[in-house]
Amino acid sequence: MKRCRLYKSLFIGLLLSCFINTHLLADTLNDTINSLAKGGFKERAKVIGLMSRLNDDRILNSLEALSAGKLYFRKNNKQVIILKKEDNKYYAKDPVTKSNLGVVQKKQFKKIRVNNRLRRQIKLTLSSLKLRASSPKDRILAATNILKTIDKSALKAIQSQLLIEKNKSVRKAMIAARASVILFNNSSNAKQIQSINILMKYGGREARSVLTRFLSSANPRVKKITENAIKTIDVSLQRWTFIQNVWYGLSLGSVLLLAAIGLAITFGVMGVINMAHGEMVMIGAYTTFVVQDLIKANFSHLFEYSLAFSIPLAFIVSGLVGIAIERGVIRYLYGRPLETLLATWGISLVLQQTVRSLFGPTNQEVSSPEFMSGAFQVGQMTITYNRLYIIFFAVFILLILLILIKKSSFGLQMRAVTQNRLMARSMGIRSDWVDALTFGLGSGIAGIAGVALSQIENVSPNLGQAYIIDSFMVVVFGGVGNLWGTLVGAMTLGVANKFLEPFAGAVLAKIMVLIFIILFIQKRPRGMFALKGRAIE
Amino acid sequence: MRKKFRTIVGAGLIAASTIMASTIQNVASAADTIKVGILHSLSGTMAISETTLKDTMLMLVEEQNKKGGLLGKKLEAVVVDPASNWPLFAEKSRELISSKKVDVVFGCWTSVSRKSVLPVFKELNSILFYPVQYEGEESERNVFYTGAAPNQQAIPAVDYLMDEGVKRWVLAGTDYVYPRTTNKILETYLKSKGVAPSDIMINYTPFGHSDWQTIVTNVKKFGSAGKKTAVVSTINGDANVPFYKELGNQGIKADDIPVIAFSVGEEELAGIDTKPLVGHLAAWNYFMSVEDPANEAFIKKWKAFTKNPKRVSNDPMEAHVIGFNMWLKAATIAGTTKPDAVIDSIIGVSVPNLTGGYSTMMPNHHITKPVLIGEVQEDGQFEIVSSTPGLVPGDAWSDHLPDSKMLISDWRSPMSCGNFNTSTGKCGGKGK
Repeated sequence: MKRCRLYKSLFIGLLLSCFINTHLLADTLNDTINSLAKGGFKERAKVIGLMSRLNDDRILNSLEALSAGKLYFRKNNKQVIILKKEDNKYYAKDPVTKSNLGVVQKKQFKKIRVNNRLRRQIKLTLSSLKLRASSPKDRILAATNILKTIDKSALKAIQSQLLIEKNKSVRKAMIAARASVILFNNSSNAKQIQSINILMKYGGREARSVLTRFLSSANPRVKKITENAIKTIDVSLQRWTFIQNVWYGLSLGSVLLLAAIGLAITFGVMGVINMAHGEMVMIGAYTTFVVQDLIKANFSHLFEYSLAFSIPLAFIVSGLVGIAIERGVIRYLYGRPLETLLATWGISLVLQQTVRSLFGPTNQEVSSPEFMSGAFQVGQMTITYNRLYIIFFAVFILLILLILIKKSSFGLQMRAVTQNRLMARSMGIRSDWVDALTFGLGSGIAGIAGVALSQIENVSPNLGQAYIIDSFMVVVFGGVGNLWGTLVGAMTLGVANKFLEPFAGAVLAKIMVLIFIILFIQKRPRGMFALKGRAIE
Repeated sequence: MRKKFRTIVGAGLIAASTIMASTIQNVASAADTIKVGILHSLSGTMAISETTLKDTMLMLVEEQNKKGGLLGKKLEAVVVDPASNWPLFAEKSRELISSKKVDVVFGCWTSVSRKSVLPVFKELNSILFYPVQYEGEESERNVFYTGAAPNQQAIPAVDYLMDEGVKRWVLAGTDYVYPRTTNKILETYLKSKGVAPSDIMINYTPFGHSDWQTIVTNVKKFGSAGKKTAVVSTINGDANVPFYKELGNQGIKADDIPVIAFSVGEEELAGIDTKPLVGHLAAWNYFMSVEDPANEAFIKKWKAFTKNPKRVSNDPMEAHVIGFNMWLKAATIAGTTKPDAVIDSIIGVSVPNLTGGYSTMMPNHHITKPVLIGEVQEDGQFEIVSSTPGLVPGDAWSDHLPDSKMLISDWRSPMSCGNFNTSTGKCGGKGK
């Protein structure tokens, strides 16, 4: 009888707990989250551990906020909230229910600090939860994270998710993640070998990393299989490294091309040794900065298009500065290369110091629009968007320039003046105006290059100096006066540099390229694509 | 009533005469000022870092004059521009000391500029305060090193990462003396802690290197060997922005492969979008984010002085603040600003630093400092995640290099030696 009563009360208790379960959990969840406000990093790590054991999807929100540094607590009652900044106002949000708590004063709150260790712990905790995320990309990320960290506690979550997962690439990542956990779970040899094979097929750096970690604990028979698997992965990685080097080379080449294209006109076509060329690039980059600043202050919704505004403006600004230099100084020095060199070098110093006085000597921040940040993965290779766009942009500019020179009447006059000034003048071409415009064109193109370079370089008064030597190298190597030569020269130098760099180091690679060019110029003083005939004199 | 009136008039007269006297004294001292030389590049490549230090010094001098100057005289700042040109540093320091007659010089940033002015300071017997973290292996009678020696920055930084479980190390630096020496010290230190040579990757890049694709990829590759990996960066100046941009774009997060930098501070981060960099580290002896009344007051003054509410402060600035206050105190103790007297009286002088403690000048002309490790935040500031419990005294000669571990430095008499060799018992030089 007594026993029966006991069962009864137990049953009622169970039923009751079922009813209040959600409510009760919310309370413990709130309490746990609020306890994040207390103590240092160590205590916080314990609290996160507690939260992960609650097995509740609602912790996702607060943990993500914590990791991003958006979780705060109220100084007086230690209540934990999420703070969001919008239009200079701070909005509070409840970390569990996500309900809005209205506008608050930031002074009353203090940030809950995180460090890398906590961030890692959060990432791990989240990855087993995120296996259920709605976007396949998030699910793959979660799976690779488990693969990387060999998180044994996630095994159950993966297995249950695998039963319902339909997406092929997500499945692949999850199976590999499961294999990594099984490999380290004291499984039988047969299971281990099976896991090794799965990881081998999955390939890539992460799988290789898991296998090398396994090597030390494997028994001799399995060890051999593991070693072979690593070798197989290495072979495919090597293939990717080759492709990657080519890509990086083209990317470096495109940057060189951009920097040199303007010089190919002022030096290549006109024959002016323009040491202030780098500063035209710098002026273009500063134009981008000013445009972005104005847009940020006045039309913040147009920010994504800031580069589209910057390109024509940079062309105009740098072009006008170029024309002013040509009219003011260079035109008196035609035919005297040494004086031109010294004068333009002086101009470059003047321009640098002017910019330094106007904007200050420190770097200016030029942001990348959303579409130019980040990267995507092609096999084992990461391609960053900014580099990709810069390659397209460089080739595009080159083509525009080619068309301008070959097909337009201005291009015709330009070529006529550089080939035979007297004859051109007797045909009624105003040669001094053509000179000014040509120099302006070269400078303007350099300005456009500055817009592109502002995306990968720092915008400081020294920006131009970094590119002046490389630009001359490209133009001389490619063949003075030939735009195609500039293209081929830039790409060759870029790819050569990138193939030398992995084993020679960046410093030595640069030296080797320089020596190569010196030797090459000895053999072919006019570069790869020399102009032939009378035009060269 | 009348008596009272008389006393009031009397008091007024006395007050007036004291004011008069003090103004006369002021006029007199204006002609006879103490000159403080400032030797920082205001043009050329190093202007990016050094201009800030010139402004800091101008602010400190101005502030001290408001407080009444030094030894009853006003201070006068004498600014010259060595234009990032190393031989010009020597010329300009000679000009400061010989023709401008300054009593002390605050200046230099790069080690090569310091090395170039050393003979001048020795020959003309003047004082240089050097505010930047450097590679050590030097202790001169005429130079006071207020920046960090390697044991005040590099070694504690590596210790912190070891605690975090890092087993594999990339030592990446710009190719010149500071990174090379620091990495040499770090390499021996890591090996002494049991790190295998195959777990250390050393990489050098030229000044202003801008194409980091290959190197960042190599770091990624090196980091995928199954052990926790970190990058220790002594990359200098302009090369940092493209380096961090590439890290951010290739998605190397601080929780995968953290980068700890010794040359990246608040000023350098001002030119970068720091969102992808949150969590990467830097080791310094000062951060702008230090919560301390002295620091907050300093930042307020600095922003007002530069008339820029967004202006940031950084570690070398704090070093100048400490150095300047030490010099003031030493001159007050000595009762003169003559270099010999100041050099003798400055050892042991303690002044408050901006992180809530005191820094003391050691006999080896280095100072004691706390070591702080900070993580980059979204707003370009650092959040301090670790700090040494006490102050760390700067060690001029590293204990981790075979050539210098037997050397000590003590500028007090009777030793008065910057490189005393304990194994031979003689002053001067490396070797056994």
